[in-house]
Amino acid sequence: MSLLEVNNLDAFYGDFQALFGINLAIEEGEAVAIIGANGAGKSTFLRSVSGLVTNTADAINYRGMDISHRAASDIVGQGIAMVPEGRKLFPSLSVEENLLIGGYSQRAGAWNLERIYGMFPILKERRDVAGTALSGGEQQMTAIGRALMANPELILFDELSLGLAPIVINDIYESLPTIKQEGVTLLLVEQDINKALEVADRVYCFQEGRVSLTGVPRNLTKDSIAAAYFGSDK
Amino acid sequence: MINSSRYWVQRSTATSRLGAVLGIMLLAVLISVPYWGGRAEMRLLVEVFYILALAQLWNLLAGYGGLVSVGQQAFLGFGGYMLFVFSIHVGVGAVWTIPLAGILGALISLPVAFLVFRLRGHYFAIGTWVVAEVFMLIFAQIIALGGGSGASLPVSVVRSIASSRSVREATIYWVALAVVVAVIVVIYLLLRSRHGLALTAIRDSEEASRSLGVDNFRAKLMVYIFAAFGTAAIGALIFLTKLRISPAAAFDINWTTTVIFIVVIGGIGTIEGPIIGTIIYFLLREPLADYGSWYLILLGSTAVLIMLKAPQGIWGLISERFELRFFPVQRQLRWTVNDD
Amino acid sequence: MIEWVNTVLQGILTGGLYALFAAGLAIIFGVMRLVNITHGDLIVLSAFVAMVAIDVMGFNPFISLVAVLPIMFVFGYILQRSILNFTLGDDLLPPLLVTFGLSIVIQNLLLQIFSADSQRIKAGSLEILSIQLYENLSVGVFPLIVFIVAVFIIIGLQYLFSNTRIGRAFRATSDDAVTAQLMGINDRHIFSLSMALALLIVGIAGLFVGISTNFDPSAGPSRLLFAFEAVIMGGLGSLWGTLAGGIILGVSQNIGAKLDPGWQILAGHIAFLVILVFRPNGLFPRMRDD
Repeated sequence: MSLLEVNNLDAFYGDFQALFGINLAIEEGEAVAIIGANGAGKSTFLRSVSGLVTNTADAINYRGMDISHRAASDIVGQGIAMVPEGRKLFPSLSVEENLLIGGYSQRAGAWNLERIYGMFPILKERRDVAGTALSGGEQQMTAIGRALMANPELILFDELSLGLAPIVINDIYESLPTIKQEGVTLLLVEQDINKALEVADRVYCFQEGRVSLTGVPRNLTKDSIAAAYFGSDK
Repeated sequence: MINSSRYWVQRSTATSRLGAVLGIMLLAVLISVPYWGGRAEMRLLVEVFYILALAQLWNLLAGYGGLVSVGQQAFLGFGGYMLFVFSIHVGVGAVWTIPLAGILGALISLPVAFLVFRLRGHYFAIGTWVVAEVFMLIFAQIIALGGGSGASLPVSVVRSIASSRSVREATIYWVALAVVVAVIVVIYLLLRSRHGLALTAIRDSEEASRSLGVDNFRAKLMVYIFAAFGTAAIGALIFLTKLRISPAAAFDINWTTTVIFIVVIGGIGTIEGPIIGTIIYFLLREPLADYGSWYLILLGSTAVLIMLKAPQGIWGLISERFELRFFPVQRQLRWTVNDD
Repeated sequence: MIEWVNTVLQGILTGGLYALFAAGLAIIFGVMRLVNITHGDLIVLSAFVAMVAIDVMGFNPFISLVAVLPIMFVFGYILQRSILNFTLGDDLLPPLLVTFGLSIVIQNLLLQIFSADSQRIKAGSLEILSIQLYENLSVGVFPLIVFIVAVFIIIGLQYLFSNTRIGRAFRATSDDAVTAQLMGINDRHIFSLSMALALLIVGIAGLFVGISTNFDPSAGPSRLLFAFEAVIMGGLGSLWGTLAGGIILGVSQNIGAKLDPGWQILAGHIAFLVILVFRPNGLFPRMRDD
């Protein structure tokens, strides 16, 4: 049984349909990346899994349990945490409080403040400043730490590299293998294809709300990715 | 393909033309009431007219301007007191104090706006209430106007309107009718004008309208001043029918409460809504008057339910169902599609 | 001279009561940007609940809180969860008009049940006990208790918001309710808890109002206005600000009353308007503005 199994998922914003019959499966311990152009529906997909978008019934199964209609606030407790696009730190909470609030659902597990600070020492130095006073990279570290504090089995990363300098992106991506080694499954939505291919065991490419390509990074050619990314008129 | 020359903007609809005809007929009947109607009916109609006029003005403020004031009684009471000040102490004819009170109300609304416009959103509402309380407490301090216990309009002032009682009552009736018609016509024309478009834009999205360069502040201020003008004039009219004024009666929050319930139940943000709401208010009031506070409990809970379940009010439900619009202030884009 | 010191001192103590009115309003505004027009009527409602608990159950006034506080807490939670949560959103009209409608409903229900008669909660000798500070200068024990309770409540709230798990959840939800859900926070529940918390304070304020002044079903709106003025003068979202705002209001009212009994309430309103002109964001504005 897959950890996460998505069958024929449609998603809507009002009358606008953003996802069309998405099928996707993630095994425990995998790192999976979803790539695709702007507006391909990648972020919508993550929002569907995390419960922020209302879904078609029975479309999302987590450990064999239908979670398509669960409230977002319930889903964290099931073991799915999200690092949202744009970090979304809470401005009136300090760095440490932002980390603590990540553990709000009180799910048992190995992650705690000490381990997060061990992984990102800079956060320990800056634990008392407001989350929004940090640099972009530090904010992203806090957002990752905040998600880890929920002791998740699956983390959804929405556009980790967006708006960050290349050197900072490298720092952030270096933490992913460590997290994976802890047995956490990773699902990344990423515009930076090279970064995605570096860490992912498997890749899905979305195009206009549909899966246009799936495969293992080393088997994918540049041409096949480009075709899946931009679509072909031929 | 759709040919662009086949688009047109439509404002009048079949119902609105029918409405105009019906409206003129209704107006003719209403004008003739003093010639055949009874005294009690005329008194009731005068009350209907001024409540409807107040409701239209509050709807303009809150429904279009986004200015949820719960302190319009400040201007109403102020207008009422201006009737007493100018008819008793200055000798202005009682009926002429009505437009005068309006003008003075508009003037006093400027410093008030300076204060309450500093409060955003929800706090604006309570701020207007504080101002109304301040007005009440100040007028209660003015000994020449009877202080806290108030004053009565001398017989000589009442007589000056007309010596016979029936002519006096007919005069007040026609004035009240003229006031409500004027308020509705002005609001209708305002909403159809360029300013109306700006107001509708603000109502629908304050942020978006600002980005389109609509000057929210000026549009809102204009609406606020106009509502103060109308409400103060109506205040003078109301206390001309009551002949007695006191700070507690003039600045009573219930004036605004009534009007808010009427507008919410009828349908906020439309001209038809307050009309429907006023009709419902008076239809229910007659049989339920004996139940006192239960009537207010009923009105209050109805307003709450409507706000939760059908925020566009009763008129909203009707017009949505039957596509009716008697006061077409919105422009509708129409087109025909070629099949080729 | 000593008379004026006395006036100011009594005003400061009254400010404690106003701070209690204001703290509940400040909490719900802080957490969910809701301005509750029913606030004053809820204070009066809780005074009536306390009165019934004392008269019917024979409780001592302070012991009556054992009954009043759970009732108000549960009432606040249900009120928010079943009605007010559905009014939250970008549009300002629904919360304002719904709470305005509820205010009229509560006032008239109280009128039906308790009549328009003016009531007072009796606290025995506590009402007249006073402490002599100086020749011609003394403070009532009861106003002093109210003020001290207000200070402790504000300290407690400050601690709750700054140092506890639920306090963090309040602040996070206030910042960004959607992202808060991703942390496992049920925003609807948090909003309802914040209303319940606000009504706990309202419950205490209600008892104190009932002991210190006469009240009747129509007394709510003026409490709302005092609460509102204290919140705005203090600066939105600042709990200590509500105490400062309450004190300014209490002192100006007492000074006004000393000049002329008719000016008591007016002087408070005028102090509010003056501060609105010169310090529109209040005396202690929160740095983050919304």
